[in-house]
Amino acid sequence: MNAPAAPPSPYSAAAPNAKVESHTLSVLVDNEPGVLARVVGLFSGRGYNIESLTVAEVAHAEHLSRITILTSGAPETIDQIHHQLERLVPVHQVTDLTVSQRSLERELAMVKVKGRGEHRTFALQLAKAFRARIVDATTESFIFELTGKPHKIDEFVDLMRPIGLVEVSRTGVAAISRGPEPI
Amino acid sequence: MPETQSMPRVARRKVTMSKEMTGAEMVVEALKDQGVEIIFGYPGGAVLPIYDALFHQDKVQHILVRHEQGAAHAAEGYARSSGKVGVLLVTSGPGATNTVTGLTDALMDSIPVVCITGQVPTHLIGSDAFQECDTVGITRHCTKHNYLVKNIADLPRVLHEAFYVASSGRPGPVVIDIPKDVQFARGLYAPPRSAAHKTYHPRLDADVETIRQAVRMMAAAERPIFYTGGGVINSGPAASTLLRELVALTGFPITSTLMGLGAYPGSGENWLGMLGMHGTWEANHAMHDCDLMIAVGARFDDRITGRLDAFSPGSKKIHIDIDRSSINKNVKVDLAIVGDCGHVLEAMARLWRSEAMSAEKQPLDQWWAKINEWRARKSLAFRNSETAIKPQHAVQRLYALTKDRDVYITTEVGQHQMWAAQHYHFEAPNRWMTSGGLGTMGYGLPAAIGAQLAHPGSLVIDIAGEASILMCIQEMSTAIQYRLPVKIFILNNEYMGMVRQWQELLHGGRYSHSYSEALPDFVKLAEAFGAKGIRCSDPASLDAAIIEMIDYDGPVIFDCVVDKIENCFPMIPSGKAHNDMLLADLSDDAGIEIGAVIDEKGKMLV
Repeated sequence: MNAPAAPPSPYSAAAPNAKVESHTLSVLVDNEPGVLARVVGLFSGRGYNIESLTVAEVAHAEHLSRITILTSGAPETIDQIHHQLERLVPVHQVTDLTVSQRSLERELAMVKVKGRGEHRTFALQLAKAFRARIVDATTESFIFELTGKPHKIDEFVDLMRPIGLVEVSRTGVAAISRGPEPI
Repeated sequence: MPETQSMPRVARRKVTMSKEMTGAEMVVEALKDQGVEIIFGYPGGAVLPIYDALFHQDKVQHILVRHEQGAAHAAEGYARSSGKVGVLLVTSGPGATNTVTGLTDALMDSIPVVCITGQVPTHLIGSDAFQECDTVGITRHCTKHNYLVKNIADLPRVLHEAFYVASSGRPGPVVIDIPKDVQFARGLYAPPRSAAHKTYHPRLDADVETIRQAVRMMAAAERPIFYTGGGVINSGPAASTLLRELVALTGFPITSTLMGLGAYPGSGENWLGMLGMHGTWEANHAMHDCDLMIAVGARFDDRITGRLDAFSPGSKKIHIDIDRSSINKNVKVDLAIVGDCGHVLEAMARLWRSEAMSAEKQPLDQWWAKINEWRARKSLAFRNSETAIKPQHAVQRLYALTKDRDVYITTEVGQHQMWAAQHYHFEAPNRWMTSGGLGTMGYGLPAAIGAQLAHPGSLVIDIAGEASILMCIQEMSTAIQYRLPVKIFILNNEYMGMVRQWQELLHGGRYSHSYSEALPDFVKLAEAFGAKGIRCSDPASLDAAIIEMIDYDGPVIFDCVVDKIENCFPMIPSGKAHNDMLLADLSDDAGIEIGAVIDEKGKMLV
């Protein structure tokens, strides 16, 4: 969302041609007012990227929320983001799920498609192939609900575009680690 | 009541355990329980209940400042000179926004400050009420943490937590925003609990194996250097003692950032002086050529590193810091030690002794021989004058005439600040208060007031510039009201000197708006406030004038009229490396255009 920093100055640490990686960070926070603003403000204030961000309460009694952030940057930048997040007072835990490489990532999208005749048929066939559910239908439109990895949703949306895509609403990524252990 | 007074502390605690009181009373009660003796503040509509609660007690002394920015800097000066948490109390809206500079300053320099702000009543929040502002929104980026307390039940916990957060780990400012209805509401007050904080547990002790590895690297080093910073001061006086011990044990040279001055004595044998943009020749060259750098509580700021790709290219780097995010932020290091530097230095000294480590004598001797060559360059030297007071000379005389006293020095920001750092020498920590990270003009006078209140019998001097001092000059009234004998030593060159210096170096000597036009007569200004004014422009009478200032029992504004065009050297021009410094004598050589030394890329930098 934030444009990458301008050409590095002699004071900037990141090498000019550093490889940009995408990482998924899972941040467990105290669900107190302003906590999301703190996290988002950290990203905007320090010029980090947010590609997607998902937040919801995950344990009501303990007042815990989980923020899942998809970010991108040079490996050193990702490392900085990790430690800057840990520094925030209401943050319990920060996990880089991309580093652990044992995580599941899912996103939900609702895709509105308009069309008649053979366009409707195409849309239905593709939806079946992608295991998208129809959650709303009129004589000239469908709303598909689709869950999957972000790139799967990207593909589905791209296919719907020529058929009659009206608009898309996506939740952003939720992620969790595989196996019996918590994140 | 004598009976009550003689009651043991624990018993008294029990009495207060579940006492019902108003939110405003809780604020005052919590201040007492946190051991706060002095707060700085300015009243207003949204904090009147707290001011009323202050009226009914005499444990917490309130110092009325003349501007909320002054309250914030005074709290910083108080905190930095005493090691305690500085506290300020201001009203909503403009009261809160006026603290933003001071809070940011405290954040950048890691100063523990608790700022209590009044807020409009909860039912008016969001209605653009009179003197309403989104205080937690505005201060979110300039505090370590902040709170809006909407429920009286949360207030006692938040008050105590704020002190814990401000003073633990890497210290910083914390804001507590309290709506007026919460100040009036009644609830049960609870004293500080020992229960651990839910999420915030900074790690003090570092991994011993990592420290052992560091000690081995130190023993094997041929050209080592300690690079220390404000973290050593923040860790407490014990850390400075341990640092001195470790330096003595190892025989390594040591340099420090602006914020770290005093942790190692300025008269110490291994002292190289300050490093960085206006650091000494020997400190910067030793940093550039070392083979092992041990960074202790320092954060590789751009004023320190200069050009990053040429920063100490041949060295292994060890970084000790309590803030994990400081490590590898600007400079990639080889060994990271996350912990309180006091704890880590203690372990280092212990391991060095128990494993009977000793640095290789011969290479270290060669290293010192090299350093002594750099020292012989005498980079702080300047050409003195018999007709005009050179600013460096003024600071040197001030140092000579005050060094045997119990003295605390604050500064504003600019050339005078750098000359103070170069020519005033500190033997102990917490004696030097300056705005390092943010570079806030106007910091020095209120900080001096804070330091004077923490040390009533001591000599507190604000080394100032004539431009900076005018930014918070209103605090002279505060000094007069509380009979605080702070001395303001203005190096008056009629220019925003550092701006003028950069315009000379980078902008062809076009001194755009950096001349201090229409200055007040500082002697008359002092007298108008009820202080003493002294002016001196003759080098021959400087000593006598300084002594007159020291001996006067009250606040003094000393207008030291100095050479107008003196520049601050040595200097690493922006975008250059440590071994690419400008020296004072270079500028004296005819034919060398200093402006030509800085390339186009360098001009883009700050």
